[in-house]
Amino acid sequence: MTDLRVVGEGPVPPPRERRHLLSIADLDRDDVERLLATARSFAVSQARETKKLPTLRGRLVVNVFYESSTRTSSSFEVAAKRLSADTLTVKAAGSSVDKGESLRDTAQTLAAYDPDVIVIRHPEAGAARFVARATDAHVVNAGDGKHQHPTQALLDLYTMREAFGRLDGLRVAIVGDVLHSRVARSLVQALRLVGAEAILVGPPTLLVPELGPSTWEIDAIADADVVYVLRMQRERMLEGANFVPSLREYAARWGITPERLRPGQRVMHPGPMNRGVEIDARVADSDASLVVDQVRSGLVVRMAVLYDLLTAGPVPVEAAVEVA
Amino acid sequence: MLSGQTGRDDLVIRGARVVDPVERIDELLDVRVDAGTITQLAPQVDANGHRIVDAAGLVLAPAFVDPHVHLRTPGREDEETIASGTAAAAAGGYCAILAMPNTDPVVDTAEVLEALRARAATEAVVPVGFLAAITKDQAGAELTEMGALADAGAAGFTDDGRPVVAAGVMRRALQYNAVTGRTLAVHCEEPTLTRGGHAHAGAVAAELGLAGWPSLGESLMVARDLDLAADTGQHVHLMHLSARDSVEHLERAHARGVSASGEVTPHHLCLTDEAVRSLDPNVKMNPPLRADDDRAALIDALRDGTIIAIATDHAPHAPEEKDVPFEAAPFGVTGLETSFAALYSQLVIPGVLRLETLLERLSAGPARIFGLERPRIAVGAPANLALLDLEARWRVKSTTFKSRSPNSWLLGKRLHGKVRLTVAAGRVVHEA
Repeated sequence: MTDLRVVGEGPVPPPRERRHLLSIADLDRDDVERLLATARSFAVSQARETKKLPTLRGRLVVNVFYESSTRTSSSFEVAAKRLSADTLTVKAAGSSVDKGESLRDTAQTLAAYDPDVIVIRHPEAGAARFVARATDAHVVNAGDGKHQHPTQALLDLYTMREAFGRLDGLRVAIVGDVLHSRVARSLVQALRLVGAEAILVGPPTLLVPELGPSTWEIDAIADADVVYVLRMQRERMLEGANFVPSLREYAARWGITPERLRPGQRVMHPGPMNRGVEIDARVADSDASLVVDQVRSGLVVRMAVLYDLLTAGPVPVEAAVEVA
Repeated sequence: MLSGQTGRDDLVIRGARVVDPVERIDELLDVRVDAGTITQLAPQVDANGHRIVDAAGLVLAPAFVDPHVHLRTPGREDEETIASGTAAAAAGGYCAILAMPNTDPVVDTAEVLEALRARAATEAVVPVGFLAAITKDQAGAELTEMGALADAGAAGFTDDGRPVVAAGVMRRALQYNAVTGRTLAVHCEEPTLTRGGHAHAGAVAAELGLAGWPSLGESLMVARDLDLAADTGQHVHLMHLSARDSVEHLERAHARGVSASGEVTPHHLCLTDEAVRSLDPNVKMNPPLRADDDRAALIDALRDGTIIAIATDHAPHAPEEKDVPFEAAPFGVTGLETSFAALYSQLVIPGVLRLETLLERLSAGPARIFGLERPRIAVGAPANLALLDLEARWRVKSTTFKSRSPNSWLLGKRLHGKVRLTVAAGRVVHEA
């Protein structure tokens, strides 16, 4: 446990029941503050010449991705490697999932390697919780259906705090396809947790008023400190879905263009971006954009999440037994 | 219309509190059964060498009738068979159940129906009625030979599991059903509003990111079918109602003299969509669990007689089909073995529903809707009896089910009230 020194100020141990990171709803403000502080201390370490820390040497982090992902899977993999953990990444395509293996069987197969952490992305809500119940590993939800993507929300908070120096009272407009967005669901909860305000803006057919204040009028972004742009998925325009009439109409009414922004506003996007649809290329490449900062934050926040689950706090009963 | 064995058991049930709400009985009595028929009902009857069941402290009620069961036979005998499903019914206090035709193949010809009835005649633990499909292959296009199916013993007609989407087809079915004299039962769902939906379109689904199955998806079809019933002058039975708006449509239809009935399930009476937060596939069913206000409306409707039948919609699923994330799981939960205890525990004990009302809605109500003989405790009636221990407490475990499938929404829960004895068609079919 001497590795604790590496992260500097010494994070507060998490409560015993925080075995997994499945949903922002499972966290309280102290958890978020602790994770962000840990991430910050990792950011300092990442500025050094030798970026690799010995903290999780001998631990195994398994990434299971049932959906395509570039930044999330690579971010988790690099995060684990920077902490000296062993990593194994399994993608559904080309694995036994293609042969119809059930999630339980896949989870149990991977659990046979005694991984310390399983990071999972899956197209169905509750898949991460399912794996948490099916195995003894710590489970990190890297996106389950349209439900949650908690590490995305945490890295977004981290990015906002770095840019504005605060979260309390920050005003965030989340723009686009809220209905199909796990990012929006996690972020709204996370913003509420830290005292920031969220307003949801998008086509009436893609809003979810139950999640919080919502409007279809794009002018509502004027009051925001951060304009958070969601990815507009092309399949939403397919016949039978008809959420919006066309991408052209969507871009014209809700696309984030330089003309729609005012000075001082910052723009975020969870990626991958559809330039020219939900976000104008000039905005994406402008100084207002925090998109690259988000990717960088993703690495240190995921390092913090892995660190938090594996080293801080009382050792879970199951782990203590294994050690003995 | 029912297939199964009848019995000629001799029995004396001594000292039970006999409750038959329709016969207006609620007193401590002995009941004597000779050769499967109730022959005596008195404070003290002569046992005459019959087997004596000591029922002191227990309630004896007319056995229950479940108008909505999926026996999964033919096609998915791994999930349920006629034998296992009717054994589950016996364990739940039922003396008769009605099986849905959405099997593989669909019960849409007299041949399939006759084969099922022949098997039930020997395999069924309690008598079963088989409903036949309204449309061929339940595809919603062409009517089945409803006359021939009725002649072959169909207990009613339904495309359950699916709505009859086209109003024109539904209207023809109602009109033509006049020749069968059977009840036409409908699964009310407007598919363009519910497609892809996994849970009630409300705050919980919004938060969980589950595609919504809105109340309107049901109530719009309820309104249409009630209007079609009014238009054709034919009775329509609305299955597994879940939404307040549906109940209000039924209430208004009754007020303007439309012949219509409704049923409600134990899970819609006991749970709301809050339960879905667990993402437990055993709270996923169609129609979905709804809001508190919907649940309140269903309970009110059951109390005031707008809805006169409780139906379990017993829907067995293989363990591997339900042992998946919520969105991947099929709709449906079991109910035959837990319905009385669930409703007694969650509605009667808290004082929300009277025991007499519960007993009536589990038995006489559904029997009336489908034109079945009403189970009753009266001299001369066939013995269809449920002996209930209201004091007993038990925990619901997957290992004790008679059903082949364990997908109960009550697994692990503690319930009050146990069925000690079931007599169906003059035969003791369950003892515990």
